[in-house]
Amino acid sequence: MDREHFQENLYVSGHTACAGCGQSMAVRIVMNAAGKNTMVANSTGCLEVFSTKAPETAFALPWIHSLFENSAAVASGVELGLKYLKKNKDINIISQAGDGGTGDIGLQAISGMLERGHNILYVCYDNEAYMNTGIQRSGSTPFYANTTTTPIGKLSSGNTRPKKPMVEICAAHHIPYSATASVANPKDIEKKVKKALSIEGPKYLQIHVPCPLGWKTESQSTIEVAKLAVQTGLYPLVEYEYGKLVKVTKITSPKPVEEYLKVQGRFRHLLKNKEDLAKVQQVADNNIEYYGLK
Amino acid sequence: MKKFLEGSWALAEAAKLCRPGVVAAYPITPQTHIVEHLAQFVANGSLSAESVNVESEHSAASVVLGSQAAGVRSFTCTSSQGLLLMAEVVFCIAGMRLPVMMVCANRAISAPINIWNDQQDSISLRDSGWIQLYAENNQEAVDLIIAGHKIGENSKIMLPIMVCVDGFILTHGMETVDMPDQELVDKFLPAYNPPYKLDVDNPMSFGLLGDPTVYIETRYAIQKTMDQVLDEVVKVGKEYSSLTKRDSVRLVEEYRIDDAEIVLVAMGSVCGSIKDVIDMQRETGKKVGLLKVVTYRPFPKEAIKKALNKAKYIGVVDKDISLGSDGALYSEVKAILSSDKKVSGFVAGLGGRDIKVSSINTIIDLTEKEVNSCKFIDLKQELLWDEFKV
Repeated sequence: MDREHFQENLYVSGHTACAGCGQSMAVRIVMNAAGKNTMVANSTGCLEVFSTKAPETAFALPWIHSLFENSAAVASGVELGLKYLKKNKDINIISQAGDGGTGDIGLQAISGMLERGHNILYVCYDNEAYMNTGIQRSGSTPFYANTTTTPIGKLSSGNTRPKKPMVEICAAHHIPYSATASVANPKDIEKKVKKALSIEGPKYLQIHVPCPLGWKTESQSTIEVAKLAVQTGLYPLVEYEYGKLVKVTKITSPKPVEEYLKVQGRFRHLLKNKEDLAKVQQVADNNIEYYGLK
Repeated sequence: MKKFLEGSWALAEAAKLCRPGVVAAYPITPQTHIVEHLAQFVANGSLSAESVNVESEHSAASVVLGSQAAGVRSFTCTSSQGLLLMAEVVFCIAGMRLPVMMVCANRAISAPINIWNDQQDSISLRDSGWIQLYAENNQEAVDLIIAGHKIGENSKIMLPIMVCVDGFILTHGMETVDMPDQELVDKFLPAYNPPYKLDVDNPMSFGLLGDPTVYIETRYAIQKTMDQVLDEVVKVGKEYSSLTKRDSVRLVEEYRIDDAEIVLVAMGSVCGSIKDVIDMQRETGKKVGLLKVVTYRPFPKEAIKKALNKAKYIGVVDKDISLGSDGALYSEVKAILSSDKKVSGFVAGLGGRDIKVSSINTIIDLTEKEVNSCKFIDLKQELLWDEFKV
């Protein structure tokens, strides 16, 4: 790596993420958008494992990790510490985790953080399963995805439940800002991070990040896959302010979900089954209607 | 100044005197009054700390982990199930070498749910890397909180401190406590100035993945530091004593032990009752003494060995039990003594069952007979299955 890379980025190369890891790409965008006056509390997960193996770290800003479910609470402590030191006005605090650490095991801590009104941006990197432990279903796993704990079989088409609506759950706390983004649109992530950090109070940003290993996609196609999720209506990009939906990224001519599903091994079993395929299309259609994406 | 205080008030006052910057706790009986008093201090403006009402003990511990890492002295307190819910964070706080202060208002563990005192909660976390200090009374608890900060925050130590205080018996008991004044505490305890912290001008990563090439050394480092803590307790104890004329801060206390043939070993408030029984038995000519363990982690092996050197019969009283084995203190004391020592172990007072004068008399009698393993005291025969009746 050239010197410039290390000077320009706050999350740098040398980590051990898989080739094409969507989460790793998104982290770099988020860190750079936040800038160097930022402290990060990280939950356990892929990101923590591949970025900070002692004695190395990929983070060029103050970073702290302790457990799987508590980064929102650790970040709350960091914020209070800085408040006591009267340094809280100049420093951004980000709490970040995967979808399991956010919506499942970490839900209580994040709800507490939002309810207490801490000035923290919580970023969820949503790769839609427990990837660190080997592709087990999370509450954020989409309908009919094949995971190691929702395997397909004679009696199963994979995960039977829709995604947990974390962006709405956070918005329901009537926080100033709750939004989704996609790694396919780095400029949009940057804009949303900067917007969030300009607002005092608790903020939530959930970024869709394909996982080539877990989704069984080609490592060079991460951005393409992420783009298709948005274009089909399966991953709506939305912004809530104080509990109200204020903005969505329009998709004027939505693509059929088949285009998104067929490039991923985790959905391959659906392609032969018109009925199942129709059910996934229904999820996208419902999203388009519910959020007014067209 | 001497004041007649509820234990929880004295403990909250002691915490306040140490000027914590962040206080995070979740209410649980019998710790509740401590949290309430601290909240009131903040509300009155007499404590300038960030006080936060978290949604669980897990988050209380996580908050103080974060704030201490940010370079701010942090305080939490809990009991029983709360401590168990904190457990994984408790281990992290020690592993990350953050000298958080915690008061554990000792209470039994479910099931059956029981809000009364024993020491199973803190004993269950004895292996977590925290310094554990057990108070006999509220005066000691106050002193251990103040001195505990100084021990744990030493830049060579950097380990968290748990001051263990028997729930209800101490937390809700009214006692005369000589509260040190703020000036004395400020002189004794310097502002928290850690060798490392989260800092945008000097970014560091905390809580890295330690694979097999580095992990065991992190544990060895804590183990070696624990050895240094033994010396530090003595050193800080002397300094504290020179300011307050009290020797609460120590490894062990020896009570009428010099010529004692029978020596009981115990921790916490039961030591007060044991001392009274010893005085009574001494009047009848029985040579009984007490070794009170104040510093339980690190375990002061040499001090205990030395103190028990002359004792003919030793009886260890546990308010805890490692089910399927013995009381924790008993097995540890026995392990460091030579095999010819006559050591008996007693489990008493679990779930708040009173340890009465008669209970202690029984323990002394049985110690002399050498029961030699874990003997439960004051069991109600009518509550036992037939095959378990004794």
